Amino acid sequence: MELIFSTLINGLSLGGIYAMIALGYTMVYGIAKLLNFAHGDIIMVGGYLIYVFMATNNPLLAIFMAVIGCVILGICVEKIAYKPLRGASPLAVLITAIGVSNLLQSLAQIIFGSAPKMATVYDFGIVKLFGATIQISSLVTLVVAFAVMTALTLFVKFTRLGRAMIAVSEDRSAAQLMGINVNSIITVTFAIGSALAALAGLFYLLKAPSISSTLGAMPGIKAFTAAVIGGIGSIPGAMLGGILLGMIESISYKITAIAPYTDAIEFSILILILLVRPTGFLGKKRREKV
Amino acid sequence: MNLNVKKQRHYINCIVIALVTLVLGILSLTGVRFDNSLLFLLEKVAISIILAVSLSLVVGFLGELSLGHAGFMCVGAYLGGKVASLLVPAMGNGLAAFLISLAVGCAAAAVCGVIIGIPALRLRGDYLAIVTLAFGEIVKSLFQNSSDESFGGSLGLETPRYNKAYLFIIAFVLVLVTLAVIQNLIRSKHGRAITAIRDNEIAARASGINVTKYKLLAFILSAAFAGMAGVLYSYSNYTVQSTKFSYNYSIEILVMVVLGGMGSINGSIIAAALITYLNTKLATVLTGDLAVLQNLLYALILILIIIYNNAPALKGFRDKYNLGVLADKVIKKRLDPSHVQDDQAKWDVVPTKISMDEILSVDLTPQNFGPDQKGGDK
Repeated sequence: MELIFSTLINGLSLGGIYAMIALGYTMVYGIAKLLNFAHGDIIMVGGYLIYVFMATNNPLLAIFMAVIGCVILGICVEKIAYKPLRGASPLAVLITAIGVSNLLQSLAQIIFGSAPKMATVYDFGIVKLFGATIQISSLVTLVVAFAVMTALTLFVKFTRLGRAMIAVSEDRSAAQLMGINVNSIITVTFAIGSALAALAGLFYLLKAPSISSTLGAMPGIKAFTAAVIGGIGSIPGAMLGGILLGMIESISYKITAIAPYTDAIEFSILILILLVRPTGFLGKKRREKV
Repeated sequence: MNLNVKKQRHYINCIVIALVTLVLGILSLTGVRFDNSLLFLLEKVAISIILAVSLSLVVGFLGELSLGHAGFMCVGAYLGGKVASLLVPAMGNGLAAFLISLAVGCAAAAVCGVIIGIPALRLRGDYLAIVTLAFGEIVKSLFQNSSDESFGGSLGLETPRYNKAYLFIIAFVLVLVTLAVIQNLIRSKHGRAITAIRDNEIAARASGINVTKYKLLAFILSAAFAGMAGVLYSYSNYTVQSTKFSYNYSIEILVMVVLGGMGSINGSIIAAALITYLNTKLATVLTGDLAVLQNLLYALILILIIIYNNAPALKGFRDKYNLGVLADKVIKKRLDPSHVQDDQAKWDVVPTKISMDEILSVDLTPQNFGPDQKGGDK
């Protein structure tokens, strides 16, 4: 019983992190039609920013600065690397995104060295719930992640800006004809995605307080997987996919026999799901016109 | 005659590589000792060329994005290396053992090509890309967690090394084999079918092309050659480490294909050789504290080249200043009739395919007006 409970909490909090990263992927994909491979490295930058500003011993200030810094970085990356390529072939943009990802990683390595840095943001301690020992930080992660996702859903549904985002992702040229400034919408999307990535970086530091330049690589790929499972371009899909992936990972870690193969299991499930539903759970089926 | 020249131009890359191999091979056989790092570089270049050309079959000609090419190479390297380490004690480190492990590595990778080719039939674009990426990670993770006796686990698989002085010759012969198979495939009816699928799948299907068959064919061939590169890799290194075959490596191969120009085999070859050379040089020049600069420079160069080559805003600039256009200008200036003033009656200056006499003379003999006569429609 307590094993099930702790697995559930761990899975949900990990799923919350994945879902937040996946939201960044899926929103950027929906609106700019671009696989932003550098998104995972924004997490890493967020982690390092927290590490730097933790010198002030004020966790809230550090988190705030990390979010602001990541938003600025995300917008800069979009303006410098992706905007000149708008209208070019998707593959060229993909390669540029990979270049940006390499660039951020090597910059971090130059600035902070290749040895991992320790950054303890705040030690929440542990709590006993239903007989299971649970890190309070995972409960905090869970609550914050779900609050952020709810806020984002409401934002997209009920504000002018959010609806403009949906309009751009549905049909960019029609949205432009309706007077929506597509460029500024894309900038806003990158800003939101980067802010979410910064928060994800914070949650990773809460989970394990060590940070290196490759911190974002694997979570980035996993979250991308989550976004695809849910149907890339769909916001509820990213949340669903993220939580599903988090649960699978946490269950698989608990079973000793298959624990080392967790990555392989997650990716195999992705392939199986795509074989049954080729556009993910909530992805739109595109009918090809001749 | 004309056809012959064209054919020669098609095989110019094979001829160049064959000549390089021949010269270097003769030199090394007659006793010139090459530097070990040079030999290693040559092997790496050959492996990169095989990988880039085989990936360009899927990405450039079939038009599907694959992010898991290193996974196929990983399968080839591990299985080929394993067979080699079993065979070499029994058979000696000869060509026979190499060929058998090569066959096993290629076959194993080809089987994986089938496994990835089947989802490829149902999925499109980015969804297929993530499946190939996932495949690469699965393969890596499986070999990483294998037991020590089977594939060496996280320590890596120890493999026998072929005689360093000759391995690069074999490597370049394999490059020639790859080029011969893939180039001839692309220029055949089957290759036309594959490019037709890239250009418009529905139209290709409507024209009676068996899309399933050709997609699978492209994936299997591409995977088999990646497996071949993997076996070569296992022979040129002491150990095969699964961490080498991460998705970063798949992307490095993809970068070679994209920088070389999609659908251009010569471009892939040049880009593969150049990038491998650059990476190796940067790694030797920038040592110690400067080593981290290598990735930074690589990333910067990559971003700048892609933006320069693809940005719509720079299109005018590119069209004005590029080698092909400049060469065309020089040629056109000589052939272009527009600089000749018509009213000066200098008709003899205007270059034309029809000779002046033919234009100015009228042949009134009646048999010339027949339908199949040369002057009939004049």
